[in-house]
Amino acid sequence: MVMPSLEPPASATGAAAPSPSAMSALSGASALQIIGVGKTFVAADESRVIALQDATLSVRPGEMIALVGPSGCGKSTLLRLLAGLDQPTTGQLWAGEQRISGPSAQRGLVFQDPNLFPWLTVRRNIESGLVARGALREQRHEVPQFMRLVGLEGFANAYPHQLSGGMAQRVALARALVNQPSVLLLDEPLGALDAFTRMRMQDEVLHLWEARGTTMLLVTHDIDEAIYMSDRIVIMTPRPGRIDCVLPVSLPRPRERNSPAFLALRSHILEMLHFAGSRS
Amino acid sequence: MTASVESSQSSVPRDMPVQRAHVMRGGQGGRALFMAALPLLAAAVSWCLHRYLPNRQTTQPTHFYPLLLNAMLLFTGGLFLIQISWPVMGKWFRPKAPLLTAFILLLAVWDLITLKFALMPLPYFPGPDRVLNSLVDNWRDLAQCTGYSLVLLASGFALGAGTGMICGVLIGWSPRFRYWGMPVLKTVGPIPATALVPLALILFPSAFLSGASLIALAVWFPVTMLTASGIANVRMSYLDVARTLGAGRRFLIFRVAIPAAMPSIFIGLFMGLGASFLTLIVAETVGVRSGLGWKLAWAQQWTEYDQVYAIIAIMAVFFSGIMTLLFKLRDRVLVWQKGVIKW
Repeated sequence: MVMPSLEPPASATGAAAPSPSAMSALSGASALQIIGVGKTFVAADESRVIALQDATLSVRPGEMIALVGPSGCGKSTLLRLLAGLDQPTTGQLWAGEQRISGPSAQRGLVFQDPNLFPWLTVRRNIESGLVARGALREQRHEVPQFMRLVGLEGFANAYPHQLSGGMAQRVALARALVNQPSVLLLDEPLGALDAFTRMRMQDEVLHLWEARGTTMLLVTHDIDEAIYMSDRIVIMTPRPGRIDCVLPVSLPRPRERNSPAFLALRSHILEMLHFAGSRS
Repeated sequence: MTASVESSQSSVPRDMPVQRAHVMRGGQGGRALFMAALPLLAAAVSWCLHRYLPNRQTTQPTHFYPLLLNAMLLFTGGLFLIQISWPVMGKWFRPKAPLLTAFILLLAVWDLITLKFALMPLPYFPGPDRVLNSLVDNWRDLAQCTGYSLVLLASGFALGAGTGMICGVLIGWSPRFRYWGMPVLKTVGPIPATALVPLALILFPSAFLSGASLIALAVWFPVTMLTASGIANVRMSYLDVARTLGAGRRFLIFRVAIPAAMPSIFIGLFMGLGASFLTLIVAETVGVRSGLGWKLAWAQQWTEYDQVYAIIAIMAVFFSGIMTLLFKLRDRVLVWQKGVIKW
């Protein structure tokens, strides 16, 4: 097949070696740095599972990165490490100038399940980030703005069980955003939504990203979603989970889901993931 | 977006009242009139039976029961008039009519078995007339006993539920407390509090304190157990989310773990409340010189069975009232669990 007009093809398919941008990032210009990170889980019977091996990646501030790959490739593990919920077995993780050693309000996380606190109303769910940081008093007035941002005005006093899946995920987004994190980690946030809601939510997330300049890492199963949304696509492979390559997506925004370049990139990625027909 | 907003709004009981109104309209007419008159008919039957059948039990009849029957006749008559002239009130009362009817008829049956046909021996089975008389005659004494029981129950329950929740949160949250606390809970907890009466009597300076601590112990076990299991089973992802929001330990425990464990905690409170009633009555029969349990034992010793039934009736109202209060509290606290629309 013919490579579409992507740039730069040479480095794009380069394997897990630190890319030039990662090197420059070492000097402090990156939002996130992942340096030789590995994670091994030890089960109760002493057996070891290598969930992630020798991952190196640097993320520029304001960048939208998509992590794609089959299940078991360590993409969710990597996200949890970046959130600080787990500690890496090897390597280092940096957020800006700071080594990641635990969770921080600077790095928001949204799961596939919205995980709203069911005992709190929509408004109180969104406020919970402020309460957790003890900043409710000073920043309470900002909450309506975040509810508007995700189109939830009028639902302040609803409980989560009264919301549809798409609305619940919007609340989860607003809750993560209220702390004004510099990095937003999205673990298949749209995976459980129906196709129409998902496409609409993709546009909403892109809108938030453009408006706020938040660095975003998006784990997804959906290759179309990765191409539609991200600046770069990190392709990961399983057993052991590792970064296979990083593909820049240089299509102009807003992107056309069925433009020839889009489709060409899509089949290129499918081929790399061994889903396309002929690969020697 | 508007589509999903609308759908979630209308998914709830907008159509339910419509349906019910339809059923009402279908069943109206003679049947509805008959249903409305049922309690009045029952009251009239009870009144006539008591008035015109000869008494076979050799007791002094009092004027309290006839007074009650008169009042019921007036009350049900008034309800009937309201129902046929004021449809809104009628709709509210109609589902309750069969229950009220059954209650009135039950009184009549009791009257027949005892006072009228003397099928059950005295003094163990007095009629409603005697029991009502006893209630009215001893009301001051009984009210005092009820008040005493209420104070004892409330202090014991509050103490037990409070320590139970604290212990439960500690055991459920911290592995160290779990290591030391679980064996204690598993061995001490299942002992019926009533078995510790001898110990409590010598350990505490006053009968009130020993009673309260026995009740507290009875409440403590189920509350601790259910709180601990509720806390330990909080979904990890709630805690993960809270940590990425910048939560510290206080927030994780008080704002995530405890609210998430609330349904389980309430189950523990209900179990504890049941145990506390039992322990209250037992504790009052030993050592304590007041309260419903003590009065019950006293009345039994003097074969004042009129009073025994009066006390049992008070207990029924007293305990079920407290139970209802706890249900109301649960419905308020756990409003998020139900499909209740709040906007």
